[in-house]
Amino acid sequence: MDVNRGLSGNSNGFDRAWPDDATRIPDWIYTDQDVYKREIEKIFLGRHWNYVGLECEVPEPGSYMRSYVGPFPVVVTRDMDGALHVFENRCAHRGVEFCREYRGKADSFICPYHNWTYDLKGDLTAIPFRRGVKGKGGAPKDFEMSEYGLRRFRVSTRGGVIFATACEDLESIEDYLGPEICAEFDATFDGTEFTLLGVHRNILPSNWKLYQENLKDPYHATLLHTYLTTFGLFVSSNESNIPTDKYGRHGGLLSRRPEGRPDVSEEEKSNMQAFKQTMELNDPRVLKFFPEADSKWSGSVLTIFPTLTALRQTNILNTRLLVPRGPNEFMMLWTVFGRSDDDEEMTRHRLRQNNIFGPAGFLGIEDNEALKFLQDGIRKAMPREGLAVLGEDDEATDTLITERAIRGMYRYYRDVMGF
Amino acid sequence: MATVIQNKAGTLRDARLEIEEFNYAYAETLDQMDVDSWAEFFSDDAFYQVIARDNFESGLPLGLIYCEGKAMMKDRAYALLNTEMFAPRYLHLTITNTRALSSDTDGIRASANYTLIETLVEEPSRVQQVGKYRDLFVRDAEGALKLKERVCIYDSVMIDNCLVFPV
Repeated sequence: MDVNRGLSGNSNGFDRAWPDDATRIPDWIYTDQDVYKREIEKIFLGRHWNYVGLECEVPEPGSYMRSYVGPFPVVVTRDMDGALHVFENRCAHRGVEFCREYRGKADSFICPYHNWTYDLKGDLTAIPFRRGVKGKGGAPKDFEMSEYGLRRFRVSTRGGVIFATACEDLESIEDYLGPEICAEFDATFDGTEFTLLGVHRNILPSNWKLYQENLKDPYHATLLHTYLTTFGLFVSSNESNIPTDKYGRHGGLLSRRPEGRPDVSEEEKSNMQAFKQTMELNDPRVLKFFPEADSKWSGSVLTIFPTLTALRQTNILNTRLLVPRGPNEFMMLWTVFGRSDDDEEMTRHRLRQNNIFGPAGFLGIEDNEALKFLQDGIRKAMPREGLAVLGEDDEATDTLITERAIRGMYRYYRDVMGF
Repeated sequence: MATVIQNKAGTLRDARLEIEEFNYAYAETLDQMDVDSWAEFFSDDAFYQVIARDNFESGLPLGLIYCEGKAMMKDRAYALLNTEMFAPRYLHLTITNTRALSSDTDGIRASANYTLIETLVEEPSRVQQVGKYRDLFVRDAEGALKLKERVCIYDSVMIDNCLVFPV
């Protein structure tokens, strides 16, 4: 293995060889601009379903919202017939990013620069002075408005979750997820109607893939997140399962909280440097659990390649969209929701419990900080390779102290990227 | 009649001065990261929420921080001081434009602007949050002001990484 490859390697990125050892992950996949450009082509515009939002965010005919396919700004709309559309947020004329509101209702979009007008399907419906003035100027005689609609993506939904793809012949969402992950996806998105509770937004100075890694990494959960063990929400001896799809691109971290307090073994305590003797919360309502999904798992974190994570943790329901902004930074849009039949007390319970997640949540703070530190290490230090050596690739899926799912994602990534 | 109005205006002016003193002490406490003492600025049944302006204006209730009662604030204080991992930082909370808006049997309605500037190791200082407080003050048994409600509505919707301490 050539640990100096990054120092001596060619800057174009594509002749860089991945180390032979699958437990080594090279630095350059997190920092290299050329790798990032290749991800856009092979991943975000490639054969993948990109999560763009929830149906409850565009609930009515005429509803729209800003979103992203990979790094590209898009608009998600529901037309007057109730059908969903996803198109580029970029005027076909000069390229203006015309939709500037987070969300709203509209019957058309008018680019502010030259007033080119589009309907809710993204079709061009009007351009001012098309015939010029006094017989002079205007659009060419053969200008066909139907040729200048906004660039559209194919749309599909499952359980109220909206996906878009640039690929014309992609498999169904069900086949894309594969049976193991689709079953867990359906346990959360079970066909009930959801209600939007709000959106968190933050910029994280880290590569987008590190967030997928983080949620495929059960090893860090009790070590970084002392809140979980301190207040008895999760310990390493909880019953768990870590399924992946057959390609390794999607994954799940599933866990079941025991009734009452979990036992923290002496073995666990001795391994957790930051372990605090378990405490009782002054207000234990935050951790109450009202079973609501047809699933044995009280905690389900799904990582859907490339940029969706879906969380059902006790009664917290959220999706996170990772929006890459170059190799060293991404934006996170956390969509937090409840169910339409929640009463006022259940809504308040969800709002209280959401103190755990989000960019000021007890887990959110730590993950965001750790990933910032990690990108700093990768970006600033002498190039080398990261290790993902824990666990075995053919282990039982209830193994918790493992990095199997991270290795699985990169097996798939290398295949798609041609590394 | 004119006297009454003047008295009322005078009362609100006095209330504003008292709230300004309160807010200065509040900001100093958070600058010192003394979150345990921060919880003591609130009544036991207080509501404290930090909410993005776009959520607030859309009627979406999700809080970045959402505390029903001082017990939840104490739990957050304990977690921050004993369980949370975050980079070392200096905090600089500035509270300005304090207004006492009205006073009745519920308490004193007030508002103020706030700015939280954070400075991390080897990084330039940057604005972490800028927003507006919507407050309801009451008096405890000793007559001291306590917050019964502080809703912090932040304009800085796109958060730089994370918000560690309350505002």
